[in-house]
Amino acid sequence: MSQPAPPNEWPLWEVFVRSKQGIEHKHCGSLHAADAQQALRMARDVYTRRQEGVSIWVIPSAAITASDPADKDSLFDPAKDKVYRHPTFFVIPDEVGHM
Amino acid sequence: MTTLADYALHLADNALILGQRNAEWCGHGPVLEEDLALANHSLDLIGQARLLYQWVAQLRGDGSTEDTLAYFRDPEAFFNFTLLELPHCTALAPSARAERDYAVTIVRNFFFSSYMLLVWGVLQSHAQPQLSAIAAKSIKEVRYHCQHAADWLIRFGDGTAESHDRAQAAVDFLMPYTQEFWSEWPAAKEVLPDTAHLKNQWFDMVIDVIKEAGLQLPEASGYVTQGVLGIHTEHMSYLLAEMQSLARQHPGAQW
Repeated sequence: MSQPAPPNEWPLWEVFVRSKQGIEHKHCGSLHAADAQQALRMARDVYTRRQEGVSIWVIPSAAITASDPADKDSLFDPAKDKVYRHPTFFVIPDEVGHM
Repeated sequence: MTTLADYALHLADNALILGQRNAEWCGHGPVLEEDLALANHSLDLIGQARLLYQWVAQLRGDGSTEDTLAYFRDPEAFFNFTLLELPHCTALAPSARAERDYAVTIVRNFFFSSYMLLVWGVLQSHAQPQLSAIAAKSIKEVRYHCQHAADWLIRFGDGTAESHDRAQAAVDFLMPYTQEFWSEWPAAKEVLPDTAHLKNQWFDMVIDVIKEAGLQLPEASGYVTQGVLGIHTEHMSYLLAEMQSLARQHPGAQW
C-alpha cells in the first residue's frame, strides 16, 4: 500500500461510493489514474455504471496507513470475551423510536 | 418522408456510426479504465440511436423498425457526418487497423460532442415532444462525453512532446471535416435554422480547450464532405459490413 508507484505508471486510488439508500460512502474498489480529477471520472465509469451511486470519493491508496495483518491477534482478540461492550443489554423505551 | 424524420434519421445515423466506431476500442483501450469509459460512451450513443430509429420508424409508418434501419440499409442510405465514419487514424497511417491512434478518437469525440451539446440544447425546446424528450436525455450523456474528451485533449496537448504532436496532427486532420456541421441541407435548414450562431458558439467552446491544451486550431477549409447527403468515404462500407453482417446472415434472428 505504501510503496510509491513505479515510474511511468499511474498511482493507485481507492474509490468510495455512496449509494442512493446509504448515508456513508462505502469502499468499492481501486483504480489507476494520473490525478484526483481523472480518478473521479474513471471511478464514475468503472464503479457507477449500474446507477450504484450518488456521490464518489477517491483517496490516494498511498495515503492509507494500514494495520499489519501479523498484529491481528494482539489488536483484535482481546475484545472477543467482552460482550458487555455491545449495548444490547439496555432496554430502550418505546418513546425513543428508531435509534 | 417528412423533413423532421429526415433530420431524426441523420441524428440517429450520427449516433450509431460513432457508437460503432468507438466500440472498436472495446477490449483494446489504452488502459482498463479508458476501455470502460469508451464502451460506456458507445452504449450511450447506441441508446440514443435506438430511440431515434424507433421514432423514425413510427413517423415513416412503412413497416421499418429500428433493426431494419440499422442493419438493412447500404452506405448511400446513411446520412451521418463523414467525420464519424473515419477510422481512428490520421491520413498518413499505413493501415487503419494497425495504427489506431487515441488522439484521433479523442479529438473527434471532442469536436462532435461539443457540437451535439449545442444541437441537443436547441432541440430540448423543440415543439415535437418526442424529439425534445430524446434531446433532454441525450444532452446529459453528451455533456459527460464532452468533458471526458476535453480532459484528455488538454492532457495530450499539455503532455509529452509526442502526445502534443499526435494531438495536433489529429486536430489538423479532423478540422476540415467539421465544415460539414455547418453545411446547409434541406432538413437541417428547417430544424436548425441558425447555423451561423451555432458555429460561433462551437468555435468559442472549442478554442478555449484547444488553447488550454497549448494546441493550434487551423482554419477549416478545403473540400466539404457530404455524408449528410449519403455520399461517404470508402471506410463506411467496411464499418457497415462489420456491423451488419450478422443481422443480414440471419435476418429476423432472436436471442
